[in-house]
This record gives sequence, C-alpha cells and structure tokens, in this order.
Amino acid sequence: MCKDCGCSITPDHHHDHHHHSHDHHHAHENLHHNPQLNDKKTIEIITKILDKNDHQAAHNREHFEEHGVLAINLMSSPGSGKTALLERLADLADFRFVVIEGDLETSRDAERIRAKGIAAHQIQTGTACHLDAFMVHEGLHHLPIEGAAVCFIENVGNLVCPASYDVGAHLNIVLVSVPEGEDKIEKYPVMFRTADLVLITKTDLLPYFDFSVERAKAAARALKPGVDILELSTKDDESVMRVVEWINFKRKMRG
Amino acid sequence: MHEYSIVQALLTQCEEHAASNDATRITRIEVKIGRLSGVEPHLLHMAFDTFKEQTVCDGAELVLEIQSVVITCKACNAVTTLEELHYRCSQCGSLEVEMSEGDGMYLMRLEME
Repeated sequence: MCKDCGCSITPDHHHDHHHHSHDHHHAHENLHHNPQLNDKKTIEIITKILDKNDHQAAHNREHFEEHGVLAINLMSSPGSGKTALLERLADLADFRFVVIEGDLETSRDAERIRAKGIAAHQIQTGTACHLDAFMVHEGLHHLPIEGAAVCFIENVGNLVCPASYDVGAHLNIVLVSVPEGEDKIEKYPVMFRTADLVLITKTDLLPYFDFSVERAKAAARALKPGVDILELSTKDDESVMRVVEWINFKRKMRG
Repeated sequence: MHEYSIVQALLTQCEEHAASNDATRITRIEVKIGRLSGVEPHLLHMAFDTFKEQTVCDGAELVLEIQSVVITCKACNAVTTLEELHYRCSQCGSLEVEMSEGDGMYLMRLEME
C-alpha cells in the first residue's frame, strides 16, 4: 500500500511513484490536503466467503456428535431416488434414523417418510436451490434426534448448488440414476467430488438404457480415486442391504 | 443459482469489515474463486450487481481471481496444476493426491474509504 496516501499501490511499485499519471498526482494532492479523504485504505482479509455457514455447520456437527448421531447428506438431481432409498431403508435398516427433508415446495417427501413411521421434518426452501447449515439447524429444532443412530439430510434435488454448502453432515452420499446417464458424473465434478459414496440407482433399468456402470465408476474415481461406489435397485433388497452395511461400517469407524 | 446466497454472505462480510474500519464506502472487493468451488463467475457478477445497491458496496468494483485446481501428491510431494479434472499425480502417477487449491471461495482484499 502507498505509504503516502493509502492508495492500493503495492510497496513493490512504490519506486514507480514518479510515473504516476497527472490525475493520480492530482488525486494525491487532494488526498493530502483533505484529511477526510486520507482515510482511504486497503485491508487484507482472506476469509472464506461462506465462513458463517461453515461455522454453523461445525455447530450442527457437534450437536449430532453429542447425541451419537451420524449425519448423512443425500444429494442428487431431482428424481434420482433419494426419497425412495429412505423408504426402503425404513423397511430394512437395523438402525433408527430420522430425516430432514429439503424441497422448494410441498411436504410430500416428509409425508412419504412419516408414512413409514420415521420422524421427518420438511424444510421448504422457497426459491433457494440448496440447504444451508442454518436451515438444517432450524430443522433440528423441530426434530428429536435423541435415540436415533443416523440423521439423513435429503438435500434439494440439484447437482450444482448443494455441493458448495457444508450443512454439518459427516458424510455425503451422491446418487446418479441409470436414466440420467453416466455422463452426469463428469458434467458435475464439484458435486461428485464431495461424495463419500456414489450410489448408482435404478439399476433394474439397466437393460433399457445405454448406461455403463464401468464407465460411471471410472468417471467417479477419476474425480475422487478413493470413493466408494454401490449399485442400488430399490426392488432388490440385497442392494439396499449393501447400503445399510456401508452405513453401519461408517458408524463403527466413528466409534 | 446459489450465487445469490453467496453474494449475500459476501455483502454481509463487507458490511462488517466496513463497520469495524469506520469506512462508509467500499470501492473494490477482491475475491478468489476456485475452478471447483461450484461458483460461476459471470453469475456471481450478476448477483453482485443486483444486490450491492443500497449497501456499503454500492458502486464497488468486484474483482474475481480464478484459481486453478492444484493437487499435491502424497507419495512424491509433486505439485500439479490440473488442466483436466483427473486426480492423478503428473510425476509418479499416484492416485494419492490432495487438492491444495481450487475448491475455495475467499474474500481476499477490500479497498474502502
């Protein structure tokens, strides 16, 4: 910063001062003669733009941990089968869970989950295309998590925006369904990089679509070499049980 | 279009910094956006122009620095700037790499008066 007037010329360029344009000289003079304008300054900051969200997310995670709850953020495009997976987990999982639902409108998803006897709270985001840590925190005020082993946060169906927001979950599951095509993984790298588990869903439709499971796996692992990948058909209990086993494994690994 | 939410977070930070520095006006905002931050620079500019009015940032210039994706190899410590999003060390081919730059969104510098 210019030591004379506080303009944003770096010290490296200080020796160039005599090259300043006439206007700049003029500005300098004005600045030096006008004490009010001497206050112009540049400050170095370097903070994350979403630091308030991240702070709240850390608080949410602490809340989950105090209750011994593993929090899992489910993300995918609309219609990839997030709610259908939760319905099948309600039938087959050997752990208790609760659900926070995020949608722009309607409480339909929470109603589907409650119809299975699972506690669920719907967040209606209005026009917001993602859940953030504050919305999830608000949701937690409406949802008793005591005694639950897992809390699923079903994010707004969207492969873009939810990837930028830490909501305070411990793990991310990202779903991609067979009808969407395996190219979605390469097209939405920010989202698929966040995944701890990629779930290829609706695999019962594989005979009807040109979806290559191998290409999907290669694309996901090019983005994140260590990512876990499972195939899921909600019509196939065994495939649902593999998701249950994955979650149980993660629960054990967190003590 | 989560750029609107991001701009609102950015404007809140600017308001706070202006207040704590007794500034009445912010004239320049420098932001670093990683290629994999999930933010579209053009949309961020649009959102900023929409929301800056009647804030301390009205009239401020938003300057975006786009940060490339940089990975560091855990096996050989080589640092690679990625052209393509393929997470593999360019030196030894190891897949044990960490993203060291490119997924963040930072407010770097503010000019105010």
